[in-house]
Amino acid sequence: MSAMITLKNVSKWYGDFQVLTDCSTAVEKGEVVVVCGPSGSGKSTLIKTVNALEPFQKGEIIVDGLSVGDPKTDLPKLRARIGMVFQNFELFPHLSITDNLTIAQEKVLGRSKDEARQKGLHYLDRVGLKAHAAKFPGQLSGGQQQRVAIARALSMDPIAMLFDEPTSALDPEMVNEVLDVMVELAHEGMTMMCVTHEMGFARKVANRVIFMDKGAIVEDCAKEEFFGDIKARSERAQHFLSKILQH
Amino acid sequence: MMGFDFSQIGPALPGLIDGMVLTLKLLLLAVSGGVALGTVLALMRLSSNRLLSGASKFYVNYFRSIPLLLVITWFYFVVPLIFKWISGEFVAVGAFTSCLVAFMMFEAAYYAEIVRAGVQSISKGQLNAAYALGMTYGQAMRLIILPQAFRKMMPLLLQQSIILFQDTSLVYAVGLMDFLNTARSKGDIVGQPNEFLILAGVVYFVISFGASTVVKRLQKRLAV
Repeated sequence: MSAMITLKNVSKWYGDFQVLTDCSTAVEKGEVVVVCGPSGSGKSTLIKTVNALEPFQKGEIIVDGLSVGDPKTDLPKLRARIGMVFQNFELFPHLSITDNLTIAQEKVLGRSKDEARQKGLHYLDRVGLKAHAAKFPGQLSGGQQQRVAIARALSMDPIAMLFDEPTSALDPEMVNEVLDVMVELAHEGMTMMCVTHEMGFARKVANRVIFMDKGAIVEDCAKEEFFGDIKARSERAQHFLSKILQH
Repeated sequence: MMGFDFSQIGPALPGLIDGMVLTLKLLLLAVSGGVALGTVLALMRLSSNRLLSGASKFYVNYFRSIPLLLVITWFYFVVPLIFKWISGEFVAVGAFTSCLVAFMMFEAAYYAEIVRAGVQSISKGQLNAAYALGMTYGQAMRLIILPQAFRKMMPLLLQQSIILFQDTSLVYAVGLMDFLNTARSKGDIVGQPNEFLILAGVVYFVISFGASTVVKRLQKRLAV
C-alpha cells in the first residue's frame, strides 16, 4: 500500500543557503504525524512543500499518487484536495464567515451556492461557531478565527490536512479550543500532518513524531518511542524536549 | 469697485452644463479605463516574468516623465493613425476619443503605482491561503487580493481622480469643449471673460474640495 503523502530526499535552497536537506518520510492514510523542532529548523517550509506553496529543488513528493514537483501536475487541483491551516489563520477579511467557507467550494469545486452553504455551515457548526456565520473575521477572537479556518479547509472535503503551527499565534486561553477540534478530527481518522509545539496534543493523538533540526529530519519514530525513552533520542532532540517539557 | 456683471451667465447655462457633462463623461471613462489598465500594469510589474515587469516598468516611468499636455496633443495626431493602422481605413476619431485614450494611458501609469502598493500591502499569507484552497493565480487575485487592495487604496485612487478632474481642462489644447473651455469661449463672446472664469474657478473648487473632503472622511473611516 502506498502512503498518502511521501517525501523522498527533499532538498531546498534559498540561494546558497540550504533550508531543507534530504528530508524523507511518509504519512499513511489516517495517520497523524506531528512535526516539531526549534524555530528555523525548516518544519514550516517542509510542510509547505507538500502542497507546493514552497518549491523545492531536489527530491520528490508524492501526494495521493501525484508528483508535486512535476510541472505537468495541476497544482490548483491538487491543492484543492489538501486542507491547510495557517499560523495566522488567513481568513479573508473582506468576506463574511459564510463567504469564507463557500468561496472556494463554489469557485474551485464548482459546487452550487446552496450546496456550498450547507456544507460550510455544517462544518461551522462542528467547530461550534454556527451563530457567527454572518459576522466578519475581524469580529471574532483568534481562537474562533482559527476554528473557522479549520472549517473552511474541511468544507473542501480534503483527503489530508496540513497544520502549520495552528496555535502559535493564539493567546494561551484559546489554544485548547483549537486543539480540541484537531483532536476530534484525528479521532475521526483524518490524515494529518501538524507542525506544532503542543506536545500534549502529540502525546494524545499522534501516531508518529518527526523532529527536525537545521533543515534535516533528525528523528522520525512512533509516538511511544519518541516520548517513552527520551535518553535514546538524539542529543538535539533531548535538548529541545527538555526545554519545552520543563514546565 | 471692479463692477462685475454676472447677468450673462444665466443665458449661457445650458452650454455650460453641456461642457460639464462632457468633462464628467471624460473623467468617468478615463478613470475606469485608467484603473483597469493600471491594474494590468501593476500585475505585470509584480510578475516574476522579467519581460512583463520590465515592460510595465518602462511604461510607467515613461508616462510619469512626460507632460500630460504633450500626451494630449500628441495623441490627437497619433490615435487616428493607430486606428487607421488597425482597421485599414481612415476613421474620424475625434478629439473626445483621442483625449480619452490619452488620459487613460497617462493616468494608468499613476494608478499602476497605487495598485502595486495596494497589492503589496496584502500579506503573502492571503495569497497562500487562496492557493491552498485550490485557487489559480487569476482567481486568487480577482477574488481575494484585489478586492482587499482596492479597499485599502480607495482614498488614494479617488485623490488621483480628483487631480484628473482638474487636468481634464487641458483638452482645450485640441479644441474639445469641456467645462472650462466652454466657459472661456462663452465669456469671450459676450465680452465678460473675467466673470465666466471666476464662475469656472468656483465650480472647480467646490467640486474638487467637496470631493476631497469626502475622501478624507472615508480615509478616516477606513483607517479605524
